[in-house]
Amino acid sequence: MTTRPVFGSPLDLQSVRADFPILSRELAGGHPLVYLDSANSSQKPHQVIEAVRRHYAEHNANVARAMHQLGAEATAAYEGARDTIAAFVGASRREEIVFTKNASEALNLAAHTLGSRLKPGDEVVITEMEHHSNIVPWQLACERTGATLRWFGVTDEGRLDLSNAGELINERTKVVALTFVSNALGTINPVGEVAAMAHAVGATVVVDGSQAVPQLPVDVSTLGADLVAFTGHKMVGPTGIGVLWGRYDLLAGLPPFLGGGEMIEVVRMTGSTYAPPPARFEAGTPPIAQAVGLGVAAAYLTGIGMDKIAAHEHAITSYALEGLKTVPGLTILGPTEAVDRGGAISFELDGVHPHDIATVLDTRGVAVRAGHHCARPVHERFGVQASTRASFYLYTTPEEIDALIDGLGFVRSYFKVD
Amino acid sequence: MQLDALYQEIILDHYRNPHHAGLAEPYDVEVHHVNPSCGDEVTLRVSLDGDVVTGVTHQSAGCSISQAATSVMTDLVIGKPVADGMATYEKFLELMQGRGTVEPDEDVLEDGVAFAGVAQFPARVKCALLGWSAWRDATAQALASTNGVLNHEGAGNG
Repeated sequence: MTTRPVFGSPLDLQSVRADFPILSRELAGGHPLVYLDSANSSQKPHQVIEAVRRHYAEHNANVARAMHQLGAEATAAYEGARDTIAAFVGASRREEIVFTKNASEALNLAAHTLGSRLKPGDEVVITEMEHHSNIVPWQLACERTGATLRWFGVTDEGRLDLSNAGELINERTKVVALTFVSNALGTINPVGEVAAMAHAVGATVVVDGSQAVPQLPVDVSTLGADLVAFTGHKMVGPTGIGVLWGRYDLLAGLPPFLGGGEMIEVVRMTGSTYAPPPARFEAGTPPIAQAVGLGVAAAYLTGIGMDKIAAHEHAITSYALEGLKTVPGLTILGPTEAVDRGGAISFELDGVHPHDIATVLDTRGVAVRAGHHCARPVHERFGVQASTRASFYLYTTPEEIDALIDGLGFVRSYFKVD
Repeated sequence: MQLDALYQEIILDHYRNPHHAGLAEPYDVEVHHVNPSCGDEVTLRVSLDGDVVTGVTHQSAGCSISQAATSVMTDLVIGKPVADGMATYEKFLELMQGRGTVEPDEDVLEDGVAFAGVAQFPARVKCALLGWSAWRDATAQALASTNGVLNHEGAGNG
């Protein structure tokens, strides 16, 4: 028997888990669900599920344009969610919260609107550890405008390589876009430091907060970013709803992204004028019930306490890192200590492909992700084609980490790697 | 879900010692196929003589299922008319999409019957089909440029 590392969390895991109906599910073969894929999509508490159900059952109508009681209720619920999200991330005014369908759309909105100002000779700086959704929109913007895409490298330890930052961020730099927490390496990046360098040359800072906002107390008023994208489904909210927070004066100067209903001021056949933010960026009927669900999700996380959730994440990540280090032939991609590190841990296991690991674990009820996690460049950086990723959230228990470690032992014996 | 139904010993054998691995020359057409969702990749070369498959070689990076399926595929198509290989593919596809309800024909699929269990793991079906999709693409291209117009001799870079 190996000894398990010590574990201490400020959360009452039993009562947290009782809020998430799916966590008591049994999978094929009678295995209890061990869900270690929350960086991919989190599970939902019954409070969120019930809020979405109740919205459809009692308040459903279109927002802003329906002149009846239900329309007023739906509008109040949708705009109420905006207030909740604004408070959740520390926005200075509610109009800084733009609802999108996910973080990808939010980043595309940023790249498209900021991209409209780019011209040949301008530079956009991203990082090698970005999710594809914070790479491809900038590649497209540079292709459209003739601007040049550049990027920060990643050190062997999985940290952002800032050694050439002074050259990389220069007077030609117009946009610096980086992730707060890497979805593949788990690295927490020094956003404030990078933002200060970017602002010193007059560049706009875009942050992908998809992995950070669910796990850490994030205050956009002090973060240093100008735009922050995040998504609902990774923070116990519904799918189909994301957020772009932006400084109001920046948003107010940006052109529209998608055209359509509700984003206009006056439409004439000869041309249109556009609504102020956030409506300018919310063309068409928005994801109303999803926004309502996201508001409840944010309130749920606030009720538990983001500081406690972050402390739990840190504790469970430390516990998992220690456990994974006991597995022979296992290599962790990214920081191996829980310092400036989020709770997504990607790893390789000698002699077994990640898909095979994931399938074998799945037959034991352990759900992990296998592949490049939409971050192919950073895998290429480490000379790895694919990896297995375990990721955690406020409901993850040390016993589930134990099940992962035991499962990896079984994987090794099953594939006879020794 | 029975793990041993998925990882038949035949599959693990092909995974550890894939047949026709390593890219050979000469060849008619080379293709590179990927599974974008997971990153599995295969580079595959095909040689035809008329409508007969004379050679298939591959270099792949991927899981046991994709590697083994590519290995088995090469055994099934080499030395046979293209039409036979395409017919075998149809049988294999039917097996993969059958959710475990299709009884595989060993006379047609040979070692391919070992993949019957994959059909019960929907997430893995695309793994088993990667090598086949590369072969079908390369073969179609080779047929389209009949009589070896594209024949790459010696140091051809494909």
